[in-house]
Amino acid sequence: MDYEIIGITVLWTFLYGYLIVASIDFGAGFFSYYTKITKKNHITHNIIQRYLSPVWEVTNVFLVFFFIGIVGFFPSTAYYYGTALLIPGSVAIILIAIRGSYYAFATYGAKDSNFYSFLYGATGLLIPASLSTVLTISEGGYVSVEDGKVQLLYGELFTSLYSWGVVILAIVSVLFISASFLTYYASRAKDLDALELLRKYALVWAFPAIIMGVVVFFLLGNQNPEHYQNMLDIWWVFAVSFINFAIATYLIWKRKNYGTAFILVMLQYFTAFYGYGISHFPYLLYPYLTIYDGFTNETMAIALIIAFIAGLLLLIPSLYLLMRLFLFDADYVKGKK
Amino acid sequence: MIEYDPVIYSRILTALTLGFHVIFATIGVGIPLMIAIAEWMGIRRNDPHYTLMARRWARGFVITVAIGVVTGTAIGLQLTLLWPSFMQAAGHTIGLPMFMETFAFFFEAIFLGIYLYTWDRFKSKWKHFLLVIPIVIGATASAFFITSVNSFMNVPQGFNIVDGVLTDVSPLAAMFNPATPTKIAHVIITCYLTSAFILGAIAAYHIIKGNAHVYHKKALHLTMVSAFVFAIGTALIGDLSGKYLHEYQPEKLAAAEWHFETEAEAPLILGGILTEDNEVKYALEIPYALSILAGGSPDTVVVGLNDFDEEYLPPLWVHYAFDLMVFIGIYLAAVSAIFVFINWTKKWNAFTKPLLWAVVAGGPLSMIAIEAGWFFTEVGRQPWILNGVMTVSEGATTSQHVDILLYVFVVLYAILGVTCVVVLRRMFKTNPVERELEKRGISHTGSRIAK
Repeated sequence: MDYEIIGITVLWTFLYGYLIVASIDFGAGFFSYYTKITKKNHITHNIIQRYLSPVWEVTNVFLVFFFIGIVGFFPSTAYYYGTALLIPGSVAIILIAIRGSYYAFATYGAKDSNFYSFLYGATGLLIPASLSTVLTISEGGYVSVEDGKVQLLYGELFTSLYSWGVVILAIVSVLFISASFLTYYASRAKDLDALELLRKYALVWAFPAIIMGVVVFFLLGNQNPEHYQNMLDIWWVFAVSFINFAIATYLIWKRKNYGTAFILVMLQYFTAFYGYGISHFPYLLYPYLTIYDGFTNETMAIALIIAFIAGLLLLIPSLYLLMRLFLFDADYVKGKK
Repeated sequence: MIEYDPVIYSRILTALTLGFHVIFATIGVGIPLMIAIAEWMGIRRNDPHYTLMARRWARGFVITVAIGVVTGTAIGLQLTLLWPSFMQAAGHTIGLPMFMETFAFFFEAIFLGIYLYTWDRFKSKWKHFLLVIPIVIGATASAFFITSVNSFMNVPQGFNIVDGVLTDVSPLAAMFNPATPTKIAHVIITCYLTSAFILGAIAAYHIIKGNAHVYHKKALHLTMVSAFVFAIGTALIGDLSGKYLHEYQPEKLAAAEWHFETEAEAPLILGGILTEDNEVKYALEIPYALSILAGGSPDTVVVGLNDFDEEYLPPLWVHYAFDLMVFIGIYLAAVSAIFVFINWTKKWNAFTKPLLWAVVAGGPLSMIAIEAGWFFTEVGRQPWILNGVMTVSEGATTSQHVDILLYVFVVLYAILGVTCVVVLRRMFKTNPVERELEKRGISHTGSRIAK
């Protein structure tokens, strides 16, 4: 296999990992705030805190991994995306900074503050919106390159249906993924009140999530016909995604197998995300940059792949330990430890 | 108003983010080691005071970690946003250590989460202690990898440029360049030193305020002994750094020392000011010292500023930053040595007000030394972003609006900094040591080494 393919697969996988863990985290922040203002905080507080507290820092690493990894494997992306994304990127930095620090202030600090949880909840929805800009502009039509000068066309970006579609898709997906995970977590904890409430959230957000998925699929047809055609060629991948969604929602609806339901939700996004990625191939930034002309030299590619494998050997047992202690330890989840 | 120039604004914004990040990064590298030492002492001596110390330090530490993480994420992204051409070149050559730094960070993040939430979960205390080791390793390893990236910027090697195209890249040669050993050693040991002093300053402050609890005395003793060891290490490595600069970046050493004429038996200049026609006034001159620092003997010839192309010289004010760093380093070594010595003789009382105040001052001073040291090493490399390869202006973004972002980030960091202090103060004020000792049923005299 080409090093380019390995490189983009590694990065895409980390982005997928970020999509799942960050969605759980962002959604939890929003639900945490929402239940607070609707005075249902006592129901969900424990579930959310017990899950989030040990893992919030890990979530952030997935993102760092992605953007350092992409500069390592595809240095030219630094030039194009770096120049074009100065403002959206900085907005994301600011939101992440506020969210991360105020989470720590509120959780480990001394005071339970409404303002802190507002910041935490609101930024959780704005971050996916600002980060999704990267995927939007990768489709082409939002960036101009003249005399080697890269510029983001804000007018195009803000008036485009497609870019707004992606933003809404990102937000509703966050809420759906998060609610379906927390439903599962509450069922593990045998916390029936929390389970009922979170199950309701999961069902409420299931339909907007799938509808926006379909809408964005068709909006892409206008934005980038070539990419759209590639997606139609592998339509069955998206069909599999839809079936996963249907079964997951059915299980949640019928109040059974929440664990399986969450795995199906993960598969739903896995197939859709990889289907999107594969049909985007070989472009990193349509039409300026492909994975072949943006790739690093061969020596660095091999070094990165070796480092990646060595790193995984270290990380997988550690992540397993983390999950065993906090996710799959029934006593911890129930709050007995 | 200065005219809009993305290069200037990018430099200021990067300096601002790094300057803010380095406060939390330094603590982030050093404090895990101090926590590990305290917890280890607690188990070895079966002294719950030390265990509580580790616990309280860890609790405060998380708050600073949070800001360290978010500002670290910020600088990681900002490098790409503000220096796209540099990152394009860097990706080809030092993508490896950057990538590995995130692994180290990942490793640390996983175990920090586990460590904080498993204090009472294991029967064996050693089991919990084992969890802090990956945190120490992860924290120190991230410093290791990211500093090797910075070393590369000082001595770029491990590649060739043929007609503007990078060839023959060797990631390991780029990573382990001549600057790497001294730079990494210096960064890591000063992180330890600074963290020991900051924790020592907190303990000393409590004792000054009339809190004679043995807990604070133990904390002060532990931190000062550690600080003394780290200070000796810092001095030794500082000497090696001088020899490195002499060999590989003589213009940086010459600028730091206002050394104009190339000569043997060169004196070291401490303090002083530089007049407009490059005359050094009011300085303390130590004969032969610069030659000895640079080459180990008085007859080492040290190249002077006059022998360099003026276009490629760093600004000469780096001398002030260099001196500030050195003076504070000496001060920290002296204070910790005096404290350890007095405590060791047992004839005098080390817990006297003047000495305690000196320790308190050492906390913020050590952080100022870190900042001064970084400003010296970064500005001392001007005008290069990759020494001898790419200038700063070639690496910067061409984007508009960097100025607005600068103002926004100033506000952001100010808010984060202030809230951090407020939260930390509140955290420890509402839950003082005495109350926590009582709550955990630890007696005040239950220790063997109470003084």
